Amino acid sequence: MTRVIDGLDQIFVIAKAFLLSLLAWAPDWVVQVVSSFVNIAAVLGVFLVLFALISVFERKILARIQNRYGPNRVGPWGLLQPAADGIKMLVKEDIVPGGADKAVHFLAPIAMVAPAILALGVIPYGRNMTAFSIDAGILFFFAVGSATELAVFMAGWSSNNKYSMLGAMRAIAQMVSYELPLVVTVLPVVMIAGSLSPDRIVDAQSGYLLEIIPKWFVLTPWGAAAFLLFFTAGLVESNRTPFDLPEGESELVAGHMTEYSGFKYATFFMAEYFGMFAVNGMAVTLFLGGWHAPCAFLQFIPSWIWFFSKLSVLLFTCIWIRGTLPRVRIDQTMKLAWTFMLPMAFTCVISAAVWHFNSGGILGWVESLLIVALVYAGLSQMLGARKHLSVRTYRFAE
Amino acid sequence: MIGAGIVKGMAVTARNFIGSYFEKDRLTTVQYPEQRDEIAENYRNFPFLVYDGNDPGPAGLRCTSCKICEKECPPQCIFIIQDRDEKGKALKHPKVFDIDISVCMGCQICVEVCPFESIKMDKRFELSGTDRFKALLLHKADLAKSNDYYHQIRPTEAAAVDAALAEAAAKKKAKAA
Amino acid sequence: MSLLSILPFVVIAVITLAGALAAATLPNLMHAALSLVLSFLGVAAFFILLGAEFVGLVQVIVYVGAVAVLIVFTILLTRPAVGPGKGRNWSGVLVAMAVLAGLLWALARTTLPAGQPIAIAPLTVLRIGQTLMTEYIWPLQAVGVVLTAALVGAVVLAMEEKR
Repeated sequence: MTRVIDGLDQIFVIAKAFLLSLLAWAPDWVVQVVSSFVNIAAVLGVFLVLFALISVFERKILARIQNRYGPNRVGPWGLLQPAADGIKMLVKEDIVPGGADKAVHFLAPIAMVAPAILALGVIPYGRNMTAFSIDAGILFFFAVGSATELAVFMAGWSSNNKYSMLGAMRAIAQMVSYELPLVVTVLPVVMIAGSLSPDRIVDAQSGYLLEIIPKWFVLTPWGAAAFLLFFTAGLVESNRTPFDLPEGESELVAGHMTEYSGFKYATFFMAEYFGMFAVNGMAVTLFLGGWHAPCAFLQFIPSWIWFFSKLSVLLFTCIWIRGTLPRVRIDQTMKLAWTFMLPMAFTCVISAAVWHFNSGGILGWVESLLIVALVYAGLSQMLGARKHLSVRTYRFAE
Repeated sequence: MIGAGIVKGMAVTARNFIGSYFEKDRLTTVQYPEQRDEIAENYRNFPFLVYDGNDPGPAGLRCTSCKICEKECPPQCIFIIQDRDEKGKALKHPKVFDIDISVCMGCQICVEVCPFESIKMDKRFELSGTDRFKALLLHKADLAKSNDYYHQIRPTEAAAVDAALAEAAAKKKAKAA
Repeated sequence: MSLLSILPFVVIAVITLAGALAAATLPNLMHAALSLVLSFLGVAAFFILLGAEFVGLVQVIVYVGAVAVLIVFTILLTRPAVGPGKGRNWSGVLVAMAVLAGLLWALARTTLPAGQPIAIAPLTVLRIGQTLMTEYIWPLQAVGVVLTAALVGAVVLAMEEKR
């Protein structure tokens, strides 16, 4: 029975080993190259399908929140809508503005989607199922994230359009400001786990207290705060509502993507979604225990199913937030980053250190909770008090 | 506290999301054209001609081609030619009764001025055709519909009209007698 | 030195040098800046090839993510991308030639170790962190102070402009 469970858990690893055994006659480097290609193909295949599904589920979930059906004409429950969208994008005419810089205009979508796909390569999707297990995996993730900003600038500048440029500048300002909270919130996790490798971080969250409480970092005071901050910073990094000012349709048409049509626009769209998948996947890895099950007796369910379930919950939350909140202005976004998120992120670091140096005793938990709660309350007071809002009085025309 | 409003907002949207699967009034979309929404009784679109009984010919059609509706129609979308017999005497029946529904604005003035309760407003709106001109010019054959149809689409109004006509007929009979 | 071990080096070297050459010679300033980004990526690839993963990835984060964005913003905000060609800057060529001569002389005088490369312990982030915090703690604090001064100065300059 355990062999069946383990087999199901490692089914993709076993399949890949079988494929590679067919090449046993080839020299070593060929096997390595083919192995890498199989990993890449698997990641791309899974995430392209997930991209298609999420694009239709997002529309349906947003629709239900808004008291209407989503797309439901194309397939059963509208599930073939991505196919229709894909065909539409492919057959659209590819228009390049006359004054645009042709080479940069062409390279910008590629430069946008390549880092997003690279970032997907270091996330552990299951037991022994990381596409590329790098020792400094977290650092690699942030390195490719910072390459995205340049692609956004290339897109905005090469369009020769002042609104695209404006959108690109706003997008870069947002992304650069939120790199800091993103990186600093990861710091406590790296500190406690003692490694920059996502696999090692997932291993540090294994084990259960009393067989039912998992040892995930999100269930610690500093971890919960850090998770919320990381999740929010992730929303900003992938330009999702409420932080989608760079591509706000009512303001800048499509921001830096205005002058792109057809397949290039689909590539930008895909890059944004892949960025969302990468950041949420990293959040699952860092805080939600990666591919571990929440209780000891649920471990018979394969690890990759747990990972994708947690990822789906986070993606649902992203879509839920999109349906709830209005767009945030650019100066409000900046203020949030520098005055609230950065101090809270540093507080999480200190809180994690206090928790760690009390060796998991109850005093450590209480102290770290107090630190986070007090700083949060203090910041809320300070930042909210500036508004001086009085009770609203109404005057009606008589 | 920072974030309290967001949490309250998310609770509202969650209620909407889950409620849309269970409560009718959280998902009011009508899947047109498979389902159709209820139209109110007073809804009106374009006119039609009423005939009593089963005969849309001169015997049943209430219209006597008095041409009052043609004169009163503001965009002048009604076109009537009175029927004449072999000797040229005018008959109380229209030979041609055309309404151009691409012009008709549904103001119901023709209904209000008709002395014979013969032109009433219909409720059909799915009238698109493939020809730009022929499909939007309705002739007498398209416009003549029975009194039973009138009862079907406007029960109270048809009942009132029938009562009024019956009363007028009774009064005439009493006077003749 | 088999073909397999020298091939990555050659490919990355060609890309880096091509990027640097393009950055120095292209008339369109934006294109030049983006070619410079390509050479930054090449240098990062060299670091990773030499086994210094941390330095390579930080090279991407700092140079490609921040310095390159800074360069393109500067170009964008201060001058049009394609200016009229002004002819060669001959004094600049002289200085560049002198620097090249100096570097070649230094290279010619270096004795490269023959035979197998010396085995060193892999440069993990753990080792870097420990060394920074023990041997090089004072330089670390000094760099921190300098960076804070730069940050405060930037904020003050930006604020002054608004008034």
